[in-house]
Amino acid sequence: MAALWQFPGGIHPTGNKHQSSARAIREAGLPPALILPLHQHIGAPAQTRVEVGDHVLKGDCLADAQGPMGVPVHAPTSGAIEAISLQPVPHPSGLSDWCITLIPDGQDSWGQRHPVSDYQQHERTDILAHIRRAGIVGLGGAGFPTSVKLKPPAQDTITTLILNAAECEPYITADDRLMRERAADIIAGLDIMAWLVRPERCLIGIEDNKPEAIGALEEATRGSLIEVIVIPTRYPSGGEKQLIQILTGREVPHGGIPADIGVICQNVGTAAAVARAIHQGEPLISRITTVTGNAVGTAGNFDVRLGTPVDYLLTCAGAQDKAIQQLIHGGPMMGFTLTNPAVPVVKSTNCIIAAGTGELPGPAEEQPCIRCGACAEACPMELLPQQLFWTSKSGEFDKAEHLNLFDCIECGVCAYVCPSNIPLVQYYRHAKGEVRTRRAEQIKADQARQRFDARQARLERDQAEKEARRKERASAMVARSPLEPDQPENSKAARGAAVREALARKNRTPSSKAGSGDTPATVASPGTGASAAETTAQPPDLADLEKQLAQARNKLNTMAGMLKEAQAGNADNVDKLERAVAKNRERVTRAEQALADARTRVDATPTSTD
Amino acid sequence: MGSVIATSRTSSPHARRARSTSQVMLWVMVATLPGLAMQTVYFGWGNLINVVLCVLLAVGAEAMVLALRKRPLTFYLKDNTAAVTGLLLGLALPPLAPWWVSAMAVVTAIVLAKQLYGGLGSNPFNPAMVGYALVLVSFPLAMTTNWAAPAGLWQAAPDLSATVQSIFGGGQTAVDAFTMATPLDVYKHEITSHVASEVWQNPTFGTGIAKGWEWVNVAFLSGGIGLIVLRIITWHIPVSMLAALTVMSLAFGSNPDVTTPLSLHMLAGATMLGAFFIATDPVSAATSHQGKLIYGAGIGVLLYLIRTWGNYPDAVAFAVLLMNFAAPFIDHYTQPRTYGHRKARRGIASKGH
Repeated sequence: MAALWQFPGGIHPTGNKHQSSARAIREAGLPPALILPLHQHIGAPAQTRVEVGDHVLKGDCLADAQGPMGVPVHAPTSGAIEAISLQPVPHPSGLSDWCITLIPDGQDSWGQRHPVSDYQQHERTDILAHIRRAGIVGLGGAGFPTSVKLKPPAQDTITTLILNAAECEPYITADDRLMRERAADIIAGLDIMAWLVRPERCLIGIEDNKPEAIGALEEATRGSLIEVIVIPTRYPSGGEKQLIQILTGREVPHGGIPADIGVICQNVGTAAAVARAIHQGEPLISRITTVTGNAVGTAGNFDVRLGTPVDYLLTCAGAQDKAIQQLIHGGPMMGFTLTNPAVPVVKSTNCIIAAGTGELPGPAEEQPCIRCGACAEACPMELLPQQLFWTSKSGEFDKAEHLNLFDCIECGVCAYVCPSNIPLVQYYRHAKGEVRTRRAEQIKADQARQRFDARQARLERDQAEKEARRKERASAMVARSPLEPDQPENSKAARGAAVREALARKNRTPSSKAGSGDTPATVASPGTGASAAETTAQPPDLADLEKQLAQARNKLNTMAGMLKEAQAGNADNVDKLERAVAKNRERVTRAEQALADARTRVDATPTSTD
Repeated sequence: MGSVIATSRTSSPHARRARSTSQVMLWVMVATLPGLAMQTVYFGWGNLINVVLCVLLAVGAEAMVLALRKRPLTFYLKDNTAAVTGLLLGLALPPLAPWWVSAMAVVTAIVLAKQLYGGLGSNPFNPAMVGYALVLVSFPLAMTTNWAAPAGLWQAAPDLSATVQSIFGGGQTAVDAFTMATPLDVYKHEITSHVASEVWQNPTFGTGIAKGWEWVNVAFLSGGIGLIVLRIITWHIPVSMLAALTVMSLAFGSNPDVTTPLSLHMLAGATMLGAFFIATDPVSAATSHQGKLIYGAGIGVLLYLIRTWGNYPDAVAFAVLLMNFAAPFIDHYTQPRTYGHRKARRGIASKGH
């Protein structure tokens, strides 16, 4: 007997398993129509490969796997494809999804099956591909593709393969009956999985409330290295993380997967499906589902084809429509309510509860939390459910995340024990949803900001380049400019030239009234002293220059005033203003000089005004 | 089969088996009965009358505020929390305290300390202790001179009519014959001028440890153990509080000729009532196991400090209220380590972590 560990908290809900565990597994038979959702697993929905009107055989692939986490969907019987349409599916939201509707032809004739003989002679990757092609996902409820789970990341060495036979949820006995009746299949599947992952130990964890199943497993594993480990009955011992803790004493790291600590955990039903896929070549087209609750006449387990409508299955178990108060898909702790009994059985449908009056009453009216801490005592993850509740309720999602909101496995024990009838799990689901939405929005906002920043940087760069070009041009001009102060010997003549140039430009304009015929001469004779045209144009030019000077001075004053203000206010544009003031000062000096120069010239040519 | 099944959509879990708040409170009340019985046996009818008075007043005050706040009356009243607050005050107040002292304590507890903070679950302070502390500091005379002398119901204790008269009558002089300072009070003052053997001669102590008080405390202790067995409270707060009180007493007061001995700290005064029924009020206490240990120990330390060096002979109310202040802080730094985490995530959530 291996040493066992304990997980903290947990509860002992009323089992309610005897109602369904006493009867042998029954064949549910062929319903009038099978509705096969394309999305019965996590990962991308499968892609249909059949068309309406096609005739298919049992086991034919109807839809191909998409993406690394996808698995295909197969025909559970032979018949005709009637529709590919949106149908209500079993989902907490109650929404519809794409489904293939198959009308059985009653022949139930198999198509091509591909059993693998001597699987050990094959490459492991081939066997994994075979398991994937068989459409196998975890049948415990999560719907995780089995082939993905059996191929852990390269850096993880698997030491322990665990078969989860705990079946800790009340009411559900599907695994129990499967173990009692088909233990050999389960062990055959476990052998294949063990060959695939090569663990040091192979464990089966089973709760002590299933003595017949324990006996069957022990019988089937006699002489092998597989250890059947009986664990105390305590919900949620069948939670993957909890079972690993019980059997190995180790915890799956936050944000990690069991393979990170060398563990792979598979459900017993999944093992049986793997054995069928390899040895018989049959894909996953049926499963064992418990149908129970006070509203059904003969509760029990059914070997049911995927796609079978729930109401058909309820009829098989002798359910009375009127007696059904609550219809639950899954167990009473983690399952969700069905509002439409026409939804099909899918790969994760381990149980249908048709509860009678008063059996699973809705919660009483929510009372204030008195912080009694019963939830924290019961939480198997050692969270503080009441703190999570306060923060989730008040929308303080940062705090909720800090309290490890995302480590919550939604097992429901907190709400089960809450004296104030608070639907705690619902609050956590809401908070998780909000946080996920906000994260998505944050990512969007970050991208938008990055785009904006990039654009801003580009604009600034353009501006800087423009500025650089302008400066270059300006300095080139200055280099040519006769106004360079370090060339005093030339300055006078050069200034005169500049003035003339300006005048020439002015005269070229149509509004110019001065003798237009002289213009070319003026242009043609720069720096050759006063000409007739030049002298006649002098007086208006002086006024112009005076005006320019005044303008420049005004601007300089304004700029200086702004600079003073900026300096007083310690503003960050002081540098810019300083540069502007210097520039304007230079401009004023230039204008002054130009004016003075012009005046001298005017004085030197007194004839002009006469 | 038709698709006419009218089932509702509810969130998991669909199964529940919880003791309701109302049941929890009822159990708390039941667990106080041995203590109340001992109080009555040793100190007369005073506590019983106080309990009835305080429970009625508490429920009345709660109903009044709920009506003012336009809340459904029966929905809230049936949670029994107001009754528990009244009950605890009735047990804690001096048996012969005049009715208006009790009334003021109860109204303060329910209206001020509970409802004005938002009602059940929202009060940062223990309502009963807020009420108690208010009357203790406001009416020190009435709160220290009305402790019944331990006389035994079958002996010299005032009969029912005399007790009723002393509580509801105007004159307090009539009851002087039945009252006596508490053992903690007597020891604290006598020991300054006498040695222990002389102090023990005082009639307050009787032949046992504290003449009746020890049985009251033992009764509350047994009721408290019952609550732990029933999983209504956890052991953390009472055990750490009593342990801290013991450690303080042994460390600073091991000489009975100088300070009150451990036996009196444990079995006189409101120690057991405080440890099992008052400090364990979940609303105003710390929440995690580790937090509860710190919270309880803090109460034990403060209880000793105030009893020994403060002006009050007993200090459960002040010790509890002071630790109520600290509870949110303690909660931030005592979160348990969650499954799969290498260490506990403590402190206050930072933005954008």
